[in-house]
Amino acid sequence: MTPSDTPTVGLFATCLVDLYRPTVGFATAALLERAGCRVEVPLRQVCCGQPAYNSGDRAAAAAIARQTIALFEPFDYVVAPSGSCAGMLKRHYPDLLADDGAWADRAGAFAEKCWELTAFLADVRDWTPEGVRWQGDAAYHDSCSSLREHNVAAQPRALLSAVPGATVKELDALDVCCGFGGTFCIKYPGVSGAMVDRKVDDIAATGADTVLAGDLGCLMNIAGRLSRRGLRIRARHVAEVLAGMADGPAIGEGRDEAESGDR
Amino acid sequence: MVAHLDSLKFADNAARARADANLQAALSKLQRDTRLARPGIVGRLPEFEALRDRAVEIKNHTLANLDHYLETFEANLADAGGQMHWCRDASEARATILDICRKAGARTVGKGKSMVSEEIALNDHLIAAGLDVVETDLGEYILQLREETPSHLVMPAIHLKKEQIAETFRDFHTDLPADRPLEEPASMTEEARHKLREKFLAADVGITGANMLVAETGSIVVVTNEGNGDLTQTLPRVHIAIATIEKVVPRIEDALTILRILARSATGQEITCYTTTATGARRAGDPDGPEEFHLVLLDNGRTDLLDGAFRDVLRCIRCGACQSACPVYGAAGGHAYGGVYGGPIGAVLGPALAGVDKAWPLPEASSFCGNCQAVCPMRIPLPGLMRKWREVAHDRRLNKARRRIAVSLWGWAARRPGLYRFGARIGIGLLKRLGGRRGRFRSLPFASGWTAERDLPAPEGGTFIDRWKRGRKPGA
Repeated sequence: MTPSDTPTVGLFATCLVDLYRPTVGFATAALLERAGCRVEVPLRQVCCGQPAYNSGDRAAAAAIARQTIALFEPFDYVVAPSGSCAGMLKRHYPDLLADDGAWADRAGAFAEKCWELTAFLADVRDWTPEGVRWQGDAAYHDSCSSLREHNVAAQPRALLSAVPGATVKELDALDVCCGFGGTFCIKYPGVSGAMVDRKVDDIAATGADTVLAGDLGCLMNIAGRLSRRGLRIRARHVAEVLAGMADGPAIGEGRDEAESGDR
Repeated sequence: MVAHLDSLKFADNAARARADANLQAALSKLQRDTRLARPGIVGRLPEFEALRDRAVEIKNHTLANLDHYLETFEANLADAGGQMHWCRDASEARATILDICRKAGARTVGKGKSMVSEEIALNDHLIAAGLDVVETDLGEYILQLREETPSHLVMPAIHLKKEQIAETFRDFHTDLPADRPLEEPASMTEEARHKLREKFLAADVGITGANMLVAETGSIVVVTNEGNGDLTQTLPRVHIAIATIEKVVPRIEDALTILRILARSATGQEITCYTTTATGARRAGDPDGPEEFHLVLLDNGRTDLLDGAFRDVLRCIRCGACQSACPVYGAAGGHAYGGVYGGPIGAVLGPALAGVDKAWPLPEASSFCGNCQAVCPMRIPLPGLMRKWREVAHDRRLNKARRRIAVSLWGWAARRPGLYRFGARIGIGLLKRLGGRRGRFRSLPFASGWTAERDLPAPEGGTFIDRWKRGRKPGA
């Protein structure tokens, strides 16, 4: 199937966006539409299966993978506002189903359609934002999965450079993990805490007022540590800024703080 | 007796490491230096990626024909006047080495750096038998004085600051003036050099590791930066090299290919200061070399790995790049892993060597950031292998029941989208009400793993799917 001029994109919301920050889902849909796509959100979607896969429950992960492929394979593309979840679909489903008869081929064909949001916008749609403004100095955090599973680093920066008012402040340790790691951060809070502390120090040292990233897991971890340490730096998904939807409370920010700007 | 920490207590070990300011400073410096050096190391060698591919091919081919290359090595070593000892496990290797030392009438043994000797706890065994054993690598010498184990594959004492080392030298080198200056690394190195020189000359037997075994010539290759390996193998009457079975390569060209990526990955050098090939015992007319040469070849569980899911780990050349690059190692240090090998390579090898029931927390202790795989010169898929250990632990029900049940329940619900969506709606609604206007939780009883270190952001309210269904209104 050749995607038409107006390809249909299945929006894979990811469980953190679905549960914690629907704004990122709406921002993703808006960006995809502005980039000339028709957006579909299958209502029976669940998680990508990573918690099971990374906890050693391969059978459960494979069952979820088959279910997700069946639900999303009718679309021209599948796009997720997360390097981690898109990486599960694109890189790990084929491994997971490699010995699963016809599913091996389906997983392979499915993987070809799956994209991390900023890579899809910049590389597939060759799109740049127009008509949005956002005033701020943003430290950009590259998630490990975006960086190493999708080779995404230039794309979000290129997209942000087209937003008047937005300045990207680069971290010293660009390619170092923030310590989220899914269930890792709950299983080993001490190690994860030491890792996110280094990340937060690095973010604070840039002088940025906001930290942006393409993965909500990293952002919740970083935002949670920033507020625990009393550092007044906001955290947002990059899609919120690109879509011009960064006017509500930031991640972990209370309504009062957001309204008074006192954070 | 030098004891390892308990791998099952990785979390506790790591917590102690986090509270150790000296260790944290040392680890931060190591990781920062490594990170900043890497672009230069890789950038100066345009064929770096091609060399990695070639090295992987060499090792894969060798592992697929391991019996052939080991037998070829043995035959060529015998022609060069050396003797090979095949040892199944640690106790056989220890007994073999002690026997060779006794037959040689040895009193003093000089040792080059060898991780395999750590793996079989060789020093304790020889010392218990009455031998004087001296580590001659500077880092290992310091650790021997302090009764500690190496915390990194190629920088064994990386967990120590220079002030701690100076203190150790003052404590042990009591024949020297107490007020001598020992502030600079150069003065400490000079002092160690004098101390070790006496031992090199006194050693009856020299024991070294081997970075590679070259099948076509029966040679061993040893790389060091201090030259201690050369003094250890050429001065004593007897040289014993100890190596595990996966160290063999077919030809000298193959060894040279691997050497080109080894030092670059390990220390950022183009090549180590000393690269020595040694072939058997001293021949008539040779200016130096040992009268006897023994190669103690150790299996210690490698054959079991050869046929299974973990085979790729046998490509490891022990450069330590995965350790220097790993943020978990950078937070916890090498000792926290408990076994001989720390960091990502230890998280894969540890369960293989100690048994997965004794080391299952190690492969769990990874955020799967993938940096280890990105820097591994032999392209070992370390996160994927850790995930395979997690599968073994899950199947054998080794990890915590509470966590396993939670994941199973969640997986069960995720396969029933109607139920999952219902549960999500209820759970998020509740959490939103609890969060109120504050926007985050400082503590939550059922999320203590999260809130121990960070606030938990409260959800915006409503799931995305529900809100989308209700009419795609962003601000609902």
